[in-house]
Amino acid sequence: MFKIALDKIDELFAALSGNETLYLPIEKSGEIEFYPYEKDAKVRLDALHTVKSAKDLFFPQTENLMNMKLDGKNIQIEEGRHVEDPFVLFGVRACDARSFDVLDKVFLADPVDSYYAARREHGVIVSMACSRPEETCFCNVFGIDATMPEGDVVVWLDTDHLYWEAKTEKGEALTKTVESVLTDSDSKAVEAQIAATKEIMDKLPLKDLDLTRFTEDEMMNIFNDSRWAEMSEHCLGCGTCTFVCPTCQCYDIRDYDTGHGVVRYRCWDSCMYRDFTRMAHGNPRKSQLERFRQRFMHKLVYFPENNDGMFSCVGCGRCLSKCPIHTNIAKVIKTMGVKEHE
Amino acid sequence: MSNTEETLIPKIGVVTEVRVDTPDVKTFRVTAPEGGKVFEHMPGQCAMLSIPGVGEAMFSITSSPTNKEFMEFSIKKCGCLTTWLHQMDVGQQITVRGPYGKCFPVETELKGKNLVFIAGGIGLAPLRSVINYCRHYRENYGTIDIVYGSRSMDDLVDYQEIQEEWCKEAGINVHLTIDREQKEWDGHVGFVPTYVKELGFDLDKIILICGPPIMIKFTLQGLEELGFQKSQVYTTMELRMKCGVGKCGRCNIGNKYVCKDGPVFRFDELGELPDEY
Amino acid sequence: MREINEMLKKKVSELLENGTADRIIGWQAGEFCYDVTPAVMRKDNLDELFYNGFCGANQSKYLIQESLEEGKVLALLKPCDTYSFNQLVKEHRVNREKVYALGIPCSGMLDVDKIKALGITGILSIEDNGEEIKVATMYGDKTCKRTEVLQERCKVCKGKEHKAYDELLIPDEDAPEVPNGEDRFELVNKLEAMTSQERFDFWRGELSKCIRCNACRNVCPACSCRTCVFDNDNSGVAAKSNADDFEENMFHIIRAFHVAGRCTDCGECSRVCPQHIPLHLLNRKFIKDIDEFYGEFQAGEDDTAKGPLTAYTEGDCEPSIVMEKGGEA
Repeated sequence: MFKIALDKIDELFAALSGNETLYLPIEKSGEIEFYPYEKDAKVRLDALHTVKSAKDLFFPQTENLMNMKLDGKNIQIEEGRHVEDPFVLFGVRACDARSFDVLDKVFLADPVDSYYAARREHGVIVSMACSRPEETCFCNVFGIDATMPEGDVVVWLDTDHLYWEAKTEKGEALTKTVESVLTDSDSKAVEAQIAATKEIMDKLPLKDLDLTRFTEDEMMNIFNDSRWAEMSEHCLGCGTCTFVCPTCQCYDIRDYDTGHGVVRYRCWDSCMYRDFTRMAHGNPRKSQLERFRQRFMHKLVYFPENNDGMFSCVGCGRCLSKCPIHTNIAKVIKTMGVKEHE
Repeated sequence: MSNTEETLIPKIGVVTEVRVDTPDVKTFRVTAPEGGKVFEHMPGQCAMLSIPGVGEAMFSITSSPTNKEFMEFSIKKCGCLTTWLHQMDVGQQITVRGPYGKCFPVETELKGKNLVFIAGGIGLAPLRSVINYCRHYRENYGTIDIVYGSRSMDDLVDYQEIQEEWCKEAGINVHLTIDREQKEWDGHVGFVPTYVKELGFDLDKIILICGPPIMIKFTLQGLEELGFQKSQVYTTMELRMKCGVGKCGRCNIGNKYVCKDGPVFRFDELGELPDEY
Repeated sequence: MREINEMLKKKVSELLENGTADRIIGWQAGEFCYDVTPAVMRKDNLDELFYNGFCGANQSKYLIQESLEEGKVLALLKPCDTYSFNQLVKEHRVNREKVYALGIPCSGMLDVDKIKALGITGILSIEDNGEEIKVATMYGDKTCKRTEVLQERCKVCKGKEHKAYDELLIPDEDAPEVPNGEDRFELVNKLEAMTSQERFDFWRGELSKCIRCNACRNVCPACSCRTCVFDNDNSGVAAKSNADDFEENMFHIIRAFHVAGRCTDCGECSRVCPQHIPLHLLNRKFIKDIDEFYGEFQAGEDDTAKGPLTAYTEGDCEPSIVMEKGGEA
């Protein structure tokens, strides 16, 4: 294990951003997102969450797939991707780190999504342990250890040091490039912090959410549960929950006429939107109830069914704090987790 | 560039023939620019067609894989893209990617079986591929019945091929019907579900059905009344699709993706899934 | 507040009992003390109804759908909600006949994001003691001043008078005052004083945070189109993505133009924005301009008066004034 004093942390960031782009939580116009590091950036490692999750780095909200041209009867297609630059993603919390496993199940399944795969290959993840979880956190419910996140390198912060430990080959390689600014350290401080955080985790109000009902056998019962109606009643049909979610991965492919040609791009989509399943001849999910139900059925029933029981939620709590009407997955788990009329 | 298959980047196809089937259905013959098929497929599989700047959508490949020169798509004028496609002339390039989805089990569960094809309107498009495949490998299948209905005589897709090839072939019984009486029509009049019940097939047959949802619903009811099991009936589904490979997330019925796990489903499988299609 | 709560429950159950209305759009408690969800309630689940300092959401937009349904709905309107309500009635979007409006008092609504922004996290409970807000957290008890954590709109409260109601829970004159006193146009003035480059940078900084979730549009009572122009496939724009990096800017500017003269400044757009973009400032700029060009006007003040942009008078300013104002500051 290595460490560096927090007052020298800019040296670490300078070293990390020497050869490749370093993304980390930076505050701009009052909000924190993963932005490229630059000198004098307002780095906010203290923030629990960025607004958008770290998935944006591997599966960006908008990305160009190809450039096309329709010229009379002829069509030209050219590659238009931008995915090969190596980068370091620093400060990913345990929940977001697990979300990459969820996204991998989709994008790396056959046939592999080469855009996503290239970014995964070129990105090194430096995850950051939590020491100050919030009331909206429930990552433990999905078996995530907030004190020991997945990642190529894991870092822990205390009041005056950052502790650094490589976990993978990629992480070892990254460590070599910054070794000069790090010093050796024992793991005492980290162990103490982990123990303290675990005590806090035990007090989280949502730590006991019960997922046992969400199984294949219960699919139709949950689907047909009448309580979806009241839960979805005032859903605004906006895409906030989807777009702040680290595991939502539905996308749209659209064409944009630049005036000089057509860019075919991919962008995040939301099953909460009315046009998500709309076809020229009709829409299988006409009401907000159906769209709302789809989102949670996907995360809690369909996805686990297709992926060896892995839920498509990591308990980051973003939707809990961002939903304009405070309807969220925790409420759904609590309501649907218990059979109707019990 | 990585070596994985570029599923989202399409290939170019050229329209080599446009056939007007009905007032709102045209069949487009498509080849690769250098000639030959853009890719191989199996009956029931689909392809994504697009025009840059207009849109991209999934269509079933209506030609049989046994055809080695071209692919055909029968397309009903319905939305933005299909309207654009309908005004295309020969020589127009389009983009094509695929093939997507699972085919009808022509090499396994359907082999050696007596088959009944039931189609309504444009629903013939995916079944035509299977019918012509079975005709090509005729010795592999038992009896073949085709029940096909449309609103009117003019709305029967591929009428020429039906008349000149299917109807004339020994061992194939073609039963045509139209919704309402029409002057030039001396065949059966009535809706497909009722006609199927009237025809009353033996229970040893496997049914392949495609058409408007309402037709499928009532035909299935009729078949069950005749004594057919859901496991004897196959259909092919259509939902909105963007990726074609089970990733964009919109064509699911329960945990199944129509583009990847379908579009061909057996009714007993569908019965275990939410009724959201 | 507890007193108001009891009065409210009693009054609502009375109105449902005597058939004045058959259901109510009320508030349901959530997971945490600050997350409340709008919910339709009937006689049988009325005990879930409650009202506290986090019931900020303006529910008048729900009345568009509710007033299309069978029976009469009971709406709880805070003073500022009545402006949106009037506007919706004026635009024939809400059927006034199908709504029984109960005016409820408001002493200013709290913004939990502002509490969190003070570094108060791990919130377990919040005690609203008037001037002082006591917050129990996983990391110990904290306090903050009410004025620090009021919703943006409450800092420039339009006053305690209800502009539309069938009945008031308590007379307006007996209702608590909201501690306001900030100048509504202070920030607009600041923006106007900037050079156009500074202003451009400010808005680019803010608007480029937009994630195209459409929460602002979907919550906005003035955005009441059945199908939004941005949801039209043929419009050439996508409501959910930024095909080029100026698209989100256009979205917000077009939206602000579309609600100009009709926006009551209810502040819902800024309340729901996950990125805390001060969208209301766009609207306030329009309101200020309209006030200056056409005379003071408050949308939703009543449910009949024509808005300055929909009524022509001989005194109207020449359109060229917009050009003049729009030049280099």
